[in-house]
Amino acid sequence: MRLARRVWLWALPLLFLGLFFYLPLGRILIITGQAAIETGLRPSFGAQLLRTLGFTAGQAGLSTLLTLLIGLPAAYLFGRFRFPAKRPLQLLFTLPFILPTVVAAAGFNALLGPNGWLNWGLMRIFGLSQPPVMILNTLTAVLLAHVFYNTSVVLRVVGSAWAQLDPRLEGSARTLGASPWQAFRTVTLPLLRPFILAATVLVFLFNFTSFGVVLLLGGPKFATLEVEIYIQALQILNLPAAGALSAVQLLCTLIITLVYTRLADRRNIPLTPRLESEAVQPLHSLPRRVFAALVIFLLTALLLLPLAALVLRSFSAVNADGTLRLTLDFYRELFINRRQSIFYVPPIRAALNSLGYAGLTVLISLSLGSLAAYALRESSRLNRVLEPVLMLPLGASAVTLGLGMVMVFNRPPFDPGSFPLLLPFAHSLVALPFALRSIQPALRSIPPSLGQAAAVLGASPGKVWRTIEMPILARALLVSAVFAFTISLGEFGATAFLARPERPTLPVAIFRYLGQPGELNYGQALALSTLLLIICAVSILLLEYLENRARQK
Amino acid sequence: MIKKNLFTILLLFTLLAACAPASPTVLRVMTHDSFSVSEPVVRQFEETRNVKIEFLKSGDSGAALNRAILTKDNPQADLLFGVDNTFLSRALQAGIFEPYQSPLLQQIPTEFILDPQYRALPVDFGDVCINYDRLYFEKQKIKVPETLQELTRPEYRGLLVVENPATSSPGLAFLLATIAEFGDPGYLDYWKQLRANGVVVVNDWNTAYYTNFSGSSGKGPQPMVVSYGTSPAAEVIFASQPLTEAPTASIIGPNTCFRQIEFIGILKGTPNRKLAEEFVDFILGKTFQEDIPLQMFVFPVNSQAAVPEEFSRYVQVPSQPAELGLDLIDQHREAWIEAWTEVVLR
Repeated sequence: MRLARRVWLWALPLLFLGLFFYLPLGRILIITGQAAIETGLRPSFGAQLLRTLGFTAGQAGLSTLLTLLIGLPAAYLFGRFRFPAKRPLQLLFTLPFILPTVVAAAGFNALLGPNGWLNWGLMRIFGLSQPPVMILNTLTAVLLAHVFYNTSVVLRVVGSAWAQLDPRLEGSARTLGASPWQAFRTVTLPLLRPFILAATVLVFLFNFTSFGVVLLLGGPKFATLEVEIYIQALQILNLPAAGALSAVQLLCTLIITLVYTRLADRRNIPLTPRLESEAVQPLHSLPRRVFAALVIFLLTALLLLPLAALVLRSFSAVNADGTLRLTLDFYRELFINRRQSIFYVPPIRAALNSLGYAGLTVLISLSLGSLAAYALRESSRLNRVLEPVLMLPLGASAVTLGLGMVMVFNRPPFDPGSFPLLLPFAHSLVALPFALRSIQPALRSIPPSLGQAAAVLGASPGKVWRTIEMPILARALLVSAVFAFTISLGEFGATAFLARPERPTLPVAIFRYLGQPGELNYGQALALSTLLLIICAVSILLLEYLENRARQK
Repeated sequence: MIKKNLFTILLLFTLLAACAPASPTVLRVMTHDSFSVSEPVVRQFEETRNVKIEFLKSGDSGAALNRAILTKDNPQADLLFGVDNTFLSRALQAGIFEPYQSPLLQQIPTEFILDPQYRALPVDFGDVCINYDRLYFEKQKIKVPETLQELTRPEYRGLLVVENPATSSPGLAFLLATIAEFGDPGYLDYWKQLRANGVVVVNDWNTAYYTNFSGSSGKGPQPMVVSYGTSPAAEVIFASQPLTEAPTASIIGPNTCFRQIEFIGILKGTPNRKLAEEFVDFILGKTFQEDIPLQMFVFPVNSQAAVPEEFSRYVQVPSQPAELGLDLIDQHREAWIEAWTEVVLR
C-alpha cells in the first residue's frame, strides 16, 4: 500500500484519539505532574505503588487464565458444532458484559451473598444455622466476577474465527496420519493464534484496569491501581498521587500492547475463510455430547445464575416475617415521579438516551476501527508504532480521563452541557480498541490473491470490497458492533462525569436509585437493570439479523 | 444542492436561536449525583427571574469539588453546591469562592456558619449514625448499645458493619466520630478493640446497607450499620407495603454520630454575580429549604423551614453530634485513613 493512502486511512482515527484522548489526558497528567514536583509525593508512596501494582498484575493474570480456560472450550463448542438452542444461549452468554458493576455486584450478592440462593439452599439441606459459604470480599469473588464479565469476549472473538476456519485443513492433516491432538496443535492452533492473542490482550487489559468488581466484590483488603487512583483523586483529593498512579497504569498498558504487537506480528497465515455452515457439525458422538453438556453447565453456572438471581430479585419483595412474595411493584413504581424530582426520568426516556448513545458509539467505533484496520493491514514499522497508540485508551483510568475531559472541554460549544457527542465519543474510546482487535485479524486473514484474482477478472475496487471482503468481514464487524453497543450501554464511570443530568442513561438512573435506603429504591434499581438486560438482548438480536442479511446479499 | 440548502437552513436556525428576543440567562450550578429538587420549585425561580438553571452533575462530592478546583481559572459554572464540612477547608484554601453575606444567614443558627468570611454558606445538614435492626434486638433481647465504647463488648461481637473511610463518605464520617470521641491516637486503640470484636468492613454504603445489614430489604447478617440518621424515615417512605413504624432506628448517644453540613458558594469569576446571589437567597429561603428533606434526606439549616411529618416521626436527631475542626480534618485526613487502614485491614 502506498504511504499516502495509509496516511489518509490513519488521519481520522488519529485525529479523533488526539483530540478526545491524548489532549485531555496529557493536560491532566501535566498538571498533576507539576503539582507532584512542587509538593513531592509521600515517602511511603513507592512501597504502596509496588504492592498495588503486584496485586493488579497478579489478579489480572489469574483472571485472564481462568477466563481462557472456560472461554476457549466454549469458543470451540460454539464455533464448531450445531446443537439445540445455540443462538439463544450465545446471546444470553453475552449479556454479563453490559452490566454496570454495581448491578453485577447485586447479582452476585443475590446468588452468593450471606443471604443468597447458595447459602439459603445449603442451610436448608444441611440444617445449618450460619451461612457456610463466605465468598464476598475475597479474591475468589474478584476472579469469579472477572470470568463472569470476560468469558463472552473470548467466546465471541475466538468462536467466530473458529466458525470460519476451513475444516478441510484439519481433515487433510488427519488423512496424512496426524492424531486429532497433533492436527489441532499443528494446524488449528496456529491459525487461531491471532484471535486468541487478541482476546487475551483485551481480557487482560480489562482485568488490569478493573475498578468496580474489585471495589464492590473484593472488599477493602484489595486495591488495583484503578481503585487506588479513585481513592487518591476523589476521596483524599491527592491529585499528584492520582496522576502518578495513572501514569504508571498507562505505562503498563503500553508495555502490554507492545508485547502483544510483537507476538501478533510474528506469524500470520492468510487463508480463505469458509462459510460458517461448512465447518459446523452436529454433536453426533457421546463424548462430544458430554463435552457440550459440561461446557454449557459451567457457563450457565458462572454467567447466567447471577443474572437470574438479579432478575428474580426484581420481582420479589420481602414480607415483614422475612418470606418473599412475587410482585410487580418495583416496575410500576418506575413510571411514577412521586416526589416531583426535577431529575426524575421515565424508564423509556432513559432507555432511549442509552440506545441513542450506544447507536452513535457503534457508528463511530466501527467506522474508525475499520479505517485503522485497513491502515494496519500490512505490517510495517509505522504500524508497529501506531497500533499501541490506538490501544492505549483501554488502559486509561476513567477518573483521570474524566477529569482531563472536563478541564479541556469546558467552553461552549465543546462542554458536556452543549456538546452532546462528547459522551458517545468517550464510549468510543473504549470501544475502538475492541473494534480494531476484532476487524484487523479478520482482514489480515483474507489472502490478497482473492482480491487480485477478482480485479484481473475485471471487478472494480468497490466491487472487490463489496463481494469479497465485506462478506468475510461481516462477522468481525458484527462482533465489534456487539462490543461497542454493550460497552456503551453499560458504561458508568465516564457517563457519570459527562452525561447531562436531565438526559441520564439507564446505568446512571440505576445508580440514582441505589444511592438511597428503602426497599422501593433497591427494587427499582433491580427492575431497571432487568430492563437494561432485555434491551441489550433485543438489540444484539437485531444486530445479528442485520449481519445475516448483509452476508446473504 | 440539497446539502447546501440544508446547511443554509441550519445556519438560519442557529442564528434565529441566537437572536431570539429576551432569551433567558443561563445560570449553571455544579453539584454532585445525590442532589435533587422538586421541579415546581426550580420552575418558580426560573419564571420570576427569567433565568434558566442548568445543573452540572459530576459524580460524588469529591469529584464535583475536584472539577471546580481544576477549572477555577476558567469556571464552568456560576455556583458550586455540595461541598461538605470534611472537604470545606480544601475548597476555601483553593480560593474557588467569592464571599457573599446573604441576608438570609440571619435565619440560620450560627453553629452552621463555619466560614466567617461567608465564602461558603450552609444549606443542609445530616447525621451519619449507626442504624440498628429493631426486630433483631427485640427478638434476641439484647440492649441496644448507647456509646461507641459499648460496641466493643462481647455481646455485640460481629454485629456491626462499617464502610472503609478511604472509599466511602459515611465511612470517613464515622471514623471522624471515633477520633472526636477517643482522640488521636486513642481512636486506633478503639479500632483495635472493634476489630478484635469482629467488626465487618466493606467498601461502600450500598454493600453495607443492602447486603450486610439485616434491617434493610437485603436481610443480611449484621444488625448494625453505619448509615444516616434519616435512613429509618426512608425505610418507611420507600416501603413496598405501608408501614406504621420504622423497621430501623439510630443510635444517637453523645459523640456517636458525625454531622455532615453541606455548603453552597458563588464560584470566583462568574459573569452573573447578581443572579448567583439571588440563587443563593433562593436556596437558603423557605421554599427550597422545605423541599430539601424529602428530596435529599437531610435537614434544612434555615430554622424557619418546617420539616415534614415523616421526619419528625421517624428521624432521631442527636443532641451532641461529634465535632472536629475543619482545618484539623483537612490536615490529618490522609494520615488518619492510612493509620486506620494499617490497624483494621492489614
